Amino acid sequence: MTVIYNREDKIFRGVVTGGALTSLIVLGLIGVFLFMRGAQIFGDKGIQFITGTNWTAGSGDGVIPDDFSIGAMLVGTIVVSLIALVIAVPLAIGGALYLEFYAPRRIRRTLVTLLDLAASIPSLIFGLWGIEIFTGFGERWAVLINNWLGFIPIFSVEFDNFGRSPFIAGCVLGSLIIPITTSVAREVYSRTPRDLVDTCYALGGNKWGALRAVVIPYGKSGVIGGAMLGLGRALGETVAVYLLLNLVFRYNFRILESEGGNVASLIATKFGEATEYELNALVAAGFVLFLLTLVVNMTATTIVQRSTPRA
Amino acid sequence: MSTTMSSETAATVEPQTPWSTPRAIRIRTTSVVALSAAFAVVVVLFTGVAGIDGWAITFMGLSIVVVLARTSRAGSKERKDALMRVIITSAAVTAFAPWLSIFGSVILKGYLGIRPNFFSQDMRTTTPDDFLEFGGALHAIVGSLLMVLIASAITLPLGILSGVYLTEVRGRLTFLVRFVVQSMSGVPSIVAGLFIYTTWVTATESFSAFAGALALAVLMLPTVARTAEEVLKLVPEDLRAAGYALGARQWRTAFMVVIPTVRSGLTTAAILGVARVIGETAPLLLTSLSNSALRFHPFDGPIASLPTYVFGYLQIGTEYAIARAWTGSLVLLAIVFVLFTLARRFGGKDKR
Repeated sequence: MTVIYNREDKIFRGVVTGGALTSLIVLGLIGVFLFMRGAQIFGDKGIQFITGTNWTAGSGDGVIPDDFSIGAMLVGTIVVSLIALVIAVPLAIGGALYLEFYAPRRIRRTLVTLLDLAASIPSLIFGLWGIEIFTGFGERWAVLINNWLGFIPIFSVEFDNFGRSPFIAGCVLGSLIIPITTSVAREVYSRTPRDLVDTCYALGGNKWGALRAVVIPYGKSGVIGGAMLGLGRALGETVAVYLLLNLVFRYNFRILESEGGNVASLIATKFGEATEYELNALVAAGFVLFLLTLVVNMTATTIVQRSTPRA
Repeated sequence: MSTTMSSETAATVEPQTPWSTPRAIRIRTTSVVALSAAFAVVVVLFTGVAGIDGWAITFMGLSIVVVLARTSRAGSKERKDALMRVIITSAAVTAFAPWLSIFGSVILKGYLGIRPNFFSQDMRTTTPDDFLEFGGALHAIVGSLLMVLIASAITLPLGILSGVYLTEVRGRLTFLVRFVVQSMSGVPSIVAGLFIYTTWVTATESFSAFAGALALAVLMLPTVARTAEEVLKLVPEDLRAAGYALGARQWRTAFMVVIPTVRSGLTTAAILGVARVIGETAPLLLTSLSNSALRFHPFDGPIASLPTYVFGYLQIGTEYAIARAWTGSLVLLAIVFVLFTLARRFGGKDKR
């Protein structure tokens, strides 16, 4: 079908296309500007910028040279996000299955509303809750884990100080991404073809049989996509991690130790007191974070779009 | 029902619900659950397991044991079904616990500071350690509203245009635009802050409400664009066809038929966008900073906002400062809640 547009319509289509492309332009500009500002650092440090662990502001007179690299923070980012994911994904799947298939109709509507609301609780409030309320519980669990599983290297500690650890930050980040992961998973599960589920029942299957044979396999890629959206959010989380972790610049894989940090909280911490050169280093760190989350999110988007033919 | 009764009043028939659980079984289930819960309390009181979390874990463990015991004579299929029911319910309770706890603690700890002065004074002449009768968050509320308004004014038209492109124009770039919008929603908020810092703040050499609003706009755009698209998709094809049949051009149909039809849906898009960014802290730390005085000027120097207010007082860490942070959080949460209720109300209107 060929459609012929007159001049008015061409203008309309041009304007609308322009408006729609702003997001593309903004996304591009973010990349370009951050890269330009950070280029100096990338030139100076090369690959060392993402593998080294030091973050030392020089004395200015050259006696102590500037030395900025984000290796430790990148590892911290990944460790904390993985903990969050390990906690959040099973719980979110359970929550979604419960809401879709087990919850009594009356409390289901309330819970779904609350879930939507929970997905937009600012991360700042999660941070506040994390230090004021959750840390008490988290420390106790950490001690228990350390007592029983301390022989496994990642659960060992150097100092018996269990607060402000990647484990606690990971738990809070896990709670932070549960709502979004749950609601994506629920969305996908609710699209399971009803006749397939009914077929299961008709063949004499019970609820778990139907879930295992139909619903869970059907929703698999959607849940993976939802988990990756959550991962993207956890990777870029700033204030909650800032409030919950001591920034220590060294590789730390012991998740109960009270040291860690992530790239985003590094930026927030050092921003206020940074020299011009350090600021460039922070922007460079932001660029790395931007690329990391962009890759994760694009993968997630592709998976979700493929799994939901309608969207 | 006795036969004598039914012969006298033959017309009354009790409604039967054979599919629902019989009363006896319901009572038995409830009592088993109550007993396990009580036993878990005993465990918490007399063993090393402590706290509400310890109780919950004991209770869940007990439930699994009870289920296994009760289905010991059933087939493995029934056993698995009953077991998974308990496990999935436990997972759901654990998943919902954190945010229920957040709602609860924010309300309980925040309401202490809810006083008239919290909404009518700024913190210019109040130190963080002053009693809660003095000072307030007026400056922060005003700052937040100012920034959110500017951000909405920027993103709403762009978001609607993007939605119109995806549903009306449907050009060659549809897939790309949708993909980019989706990916953009994952840009970390601190990166948005850094972006505005390296561009606007560096260029104008001043932190300002406008810079903060720009950063918020970057974060808000994907939400608004996506919701606008969803809403515009709901417009029936017939309406467009009717527009064209009346001789209207595409732009007229779009602006005079399609968009007015979903006016309240687009309001929802804006509201959801605002709800998305009202609590963003990280970008504001790099663009608008904070301030203890009431200000209105969007281009002139640092300005307060609710998130940075909460963040700042939390950092100070004294008793009253933290109380102020909780109250600030309560106000923030209340705003999000109101926005959501509004969004639901507007969202419901179009569907009818």
